[in-house]
Amino acid sequence: MKTILILTALLVTSLTAFSQKYFTKTANVTFFSSTALENIDAKSNQTTSIIDFATGEVVFKMLIKTFQFEKALMQEHFNEKYLESEKYPDATFKGTIDNIASVNLSKDGEYKVNVTGELTIHGVTKTYSTAGVITIAGDKISVNAKFPVKVADHDVKIPGAVKDNIAETVDVTVTADYTPLKK
Amino acid sequence: MLRLLLTCSLLSTFIMFTYVPAMAQDDLLDLLDSTVDDPETIDYTFATFKTTRVITSRSIETPAAGEMQFLIAHRFGRVNGGWRDFFGLDQANIRMDFEYGITDFWSVGWGRSNVFKQWDGYTRVKFLRQSTGKRKMPITAEALASVAMTSGNWVNPDRRNYISSRASYVFQLMVARKFTRNLSAQIMGTMLHKNLVTSRQDKNDIFMVGAGARYLLTGSFGLTMEYHYLIPDRIVSPIDAPKTDHSFSIGFDLETGGHVFQIMATNNLGMTEHQYFTSATTGQWLKGDIHLGFNVNRVFTIADYEKMKQKKEARRLKKEGPKD
Repeated sequence: MKTILILTALLVTSLTAFSQKYFTKTANVTFFSSTALENIDAKSNQTTSIIDFATGEVVFKMLIKTFQFEKALMQEHFNEKYLESEKYPDATFKGTIDNIASVNLSKDGEYKVNVTGELTIHGVTKTYSTAGVITIAGDKISVNAKFPVKVADHDVKIPGAVKDNIAETVDVTVTADYTPLKK
Repeated sequence: MLRLLLTCSLLSTFIMFTYVPAMAQDDLLDLLDSTVDDPETIDYTFATFKTTRVITSRSIETPAAGEMQFLIAHRFGRVNGGWRDFFGLDQANIRMDFEYGITDFWSVGWGRSNVFKQWDGYTRVKFLRQSTGKRKMPITAEALASVAMTSGNWVNPDRRNYISSRASYVFQLMVARKFTRNLSAQIMGTMLHKNLVTSRQDKNDIFMVGAGARYLLTGSFGLTMEYHYLIPDRIVSPIDAPKTDHSFSIGFDLETGGHVFQIMATNNLGMTEHQYFTSATTGQWLKGDIHLGFNVNRVFTIADYEKMKQKKEARRLKKEGPKD
């Protein structure tokens, strides 16, 4: 009897181990800078990400060049002078969902989670911790998170002439729909 | 039942153990990289020059799609005029220039200069664009065509004058490369056709070859230089004295948020190609016939760039279906 139990447990773990990684390559990342002079927002929908629900690990990779601005000149300055996308083509996030155990993949609903990890922008890595929401509907999983990023923390230099146009802290919003990773 | 369970367990354990090494990525980021091949896109090189001019000559940069670039150019008198002329600042030549980007590689524009009281219209097309990624192209190449009409009084009002005598045409080919983040260079060949020249000995077609470069010292500040060599013996008129010289200019670019300021010292009073190699470039550097001047560039967004892109993408989707 004991053997059967162990083997059944093994069976369960082995089956779940395959369907725990979820993946997207069209995650939306937007950032929003608000000052008295002007609001600037930029969007990219080509961010890739994997969540491993077995371990709670989560990673994101965004290509800086894919951010679209309202004005072409802003986009050029963003790439050329502020984020230096030729030198630092991508930004990455590598972290863990602290309370991954509370997320039940087989039960539809909204789960509040906390994510902690390291965000690398402009070649500078900083630890962030933020709250997010995971929504499960069938085998569709969506993720929502919003957190502030201080521009100076990532060594992004804003020249004096545009200091009043660009906020010191920008709000970053991530929304993504995941599908099971088949590999 | 027991047998079935056992078999299943054994089988799944076997599968697990065989697959685990393949799944065990040290890093989820590596897995992400191996899952997604970075989409093969064409990465066009951007910001080869800060703005649409190197100094007095055009750069290969054109306004982005949907953007209007407004340029105000001033060239002052000669600095060797001394204190009496406030080093040339007493006199000012001015040009206004509007250029609109129909696409990222095609623009149209018009301008007016008080030099020769000249109106001009032009269009230019980048027919090669420096890029990496899916398409590798080491250079950007661009063609310019421009027509100008003078609107001053006739020099010789007693004879029969034709309206076509006011016209001149410019064709220019530019080839540029952004070598590094800081260093960009450009070479250009220019042909100017004047319908009316001063004397029989003067040629209607004038040719020049030139080069320009910019070196960025910081993200917003760069040094620029530019030289145009005039193919000799095409302008011979003694009336055009003092002799028309080759054009040499040095300057710097200073970028603030929405403006680019270009400050320069040049022996060339002209602000378009129509003016360079006529009586506008007569100063000689070594004699101190230097004009100070500036360009102020301002960009206005006329049409929404992002919306245009979305529309384009929607059209592409309709035609070719989704990417995957």
